[in-house]
This record gives sequence, C-alpha cells and structure tokens, in this order.
Amino acid sequence: MIPTPDLSHLTDQDKLYVYDPAEDTFLFLDALEQDAEDLKSQKPLICLEIGSGSGCVSAFMGSILGSTNTLYLCTDINNRASDCTHRTGRCNKIPLDPITCDLAHPLSKRLHHSVDIILFNPPYVPTESEEVLSAQSDRSISGSWAGGTDGMEVTNRLLGDVEALLSERGKFYLVTLERNNIPEICERMFRTFRLQCQVRVKTSDHLELTSARS
Amino acid sequence: MVRLITHNLLACHVKGCTSNNFPLALKDIQIELREAEFNPEFITNILPRLEWHALADAARQVGDTSLPPEQPEMMDDDLLRNLHHVLLEIHIVEGAMTCPNCKHIYPILNGIPNMLLAEHEIG
Repeated sequence: MIPTPDLSHLTDQDKLYVYDPAEDTFLFLDALEQDAEDLKSQKPLICLEIGSGSGCVSAFMGSILGSTNTLYLCTDINNRASDCTHRTGRCNKIPLDPITCDLAHPLSKRLHHSVDIILFNPPYVPTESEEVLSAQSDRSISGSWAGGTDGMEVTNRLLGDVEALLSERGKFYLVTLERNNIPEICERMFRTFRLQCQVRVKTSDHLELTSARS
Repeated sequence: MVRLITHNLLACHVKGCTSNNFPLALKDIQIELREAEFNPEFITNILPRLEWHALADAARQVGDTSLPPEQPEMMDDDLLRNLHHVLLEIHIVEGAMTCPNCKHIYPILNGIPNMLLAEHEIG
C-alpha cells in the first residue's frame, strides 16, 4: 500500500483556484499503484504530468519510482497550480519541477520521443465550447474540469502530441469518462499512431486508460 | 524551482519561432543552492537526453565553471558529482529566460517559469 501524498499544506485559498484531489484523482492513484511493479521495472527517467493541479499524482508517482531515479516535470496552465505542485513536492520530499504552460508546448522540441511516462487527468466534463475557452484563458479552477464538446476539447489537443513525446517504451495514462467515447479514442490512437490502449481501472463513471506502443 | 535540468528541456514556442529557439538565455537571475541526494545511475542515464553545450553554458551563466565546454568521452566520479550539482542542486528562483531568436522573455517568479504565451503568439 503506497500512502496518498500529504496535501495538508494546501490552504482554503489554494482550493478556490486549484482542483482539490477527488474521486478521479484517487482512481488515477489506484491505476498507478496497480502498475507499480511494471512502472519500476521500466526504469523511467522522465515522467511528465500535464495539468498537475495540486501535484498529488506526480508526488504519488515519486513514491512509487523513488525521488532520485526519475525527473518529474509538471505542467499546468494555472500558475497557482504550479505553486501548489511545487509545495506538494517539497512536503513529500519528491522533487517536482513545475512549469506554467499550455499542455507540453515549450517541452515538445527537446522531449521528442524522450518521455517515459505521461500522466493526464484532463478537464473531461462536457460543457459548451465557449466555457472551455474562457476557463483555459482565465487560468481558473473551471479549467480543471470544463472539457467542451463531449468533454474532449482539451484532451484532443494533447492526443495529437502524445506519440511525438513518448519514448520507445513510453506509456501514457489518461483519465476519461464513458461519455468521452473511449472506443473512439482507442481506435484513433491506434489508427493514427499505432498506440495500443488498455482500460486499467474502471469505476461507475470514470475510467483509466493506458496507451503504449504496440 | 527552475533547475538547470529543466532549463535544458525548455525551448521558445512562439508561433513561427522554430530555429535557434534553444537554449533560452538566462537574464538577471537569482539562484539558491539546495542539496539533493546523489544518484550516479540517474545522471549517467539522463545525459543522452540533454544537450551538453547548453548545459555547460547555463552553468557558466550562473557562475559554475565545473563542466568542460566539450562533453568528455569518459565519465568519472568527479564529473558525475559536478553534473549532479549543476543539474539538480542549482535552483533559479527569480529572473527571466530570453529566446535567442525572437527575443521573447519568459519570466521566472518564485521559482516557477512562466512559459504562457499571448493569444497572437500561439502557434
């Protein structure tokens, strides 16, 4: 049993602006814990979390893989989230390196086929398209859940970049809802990039997918 | 904190800025040193994913001259320890990173690099 990261340093003020870990976060941790032995044997050097929010998932990954074996890069479009991620890393003695940016844009040139693990718990709740645009440009907490049409607008922007980032044996973890049309995501990732998807953990309304090279 | 390992992986991503957009030049920076546990295997394995010249240059810009300008073929313990210090123990707390090509400025505040772009700069 790997302990859930200590998030006691998050203040009420932080939680107004940054997503407080909830059921989907814990599902994510379950999936990673289930794969812990495989993940360790893969000896990942670079782990990249997109939209790290509180930093809970990357800190958990750090307790699986060890604080000195892997570089934990964490991006978020919300600067307050980057700050929370950084503090969560310090609080749990896992060095998390936060970067405030959209998806992985400033890293894509240098991390071409170099990322061993990509973690993404995207904003997946179906909303109006306008809502996703304003939520992302406001860098507000609604950016952590507003997903636009089918809840897929932000995820779709990342899916096209995943293959170029993943290393030869890299793995991509994605949290989704049934309503996001999972068979379509899997089919598209295989058809376009030859990435094979698997459902790892399932609850009544959340799913955890892994995508890896076939 | 922007460690030099992270700096070595960031490039300018302004629309149309695709060449000579790495490494970002460090400007007006303040650094802090924080001890980290030494893991020689990690340093050895991560090195092929890094760009030596950019790293040695960045180290010099923050006042550390322990890395030779060219990557030595053989890694000894001293060199691995110097690399460990440069990559993982030097933290940029304040300052900015500037694109050598388009001169875009990315600020670093409270140890966090802000790589966001304005709407018209997004590719």
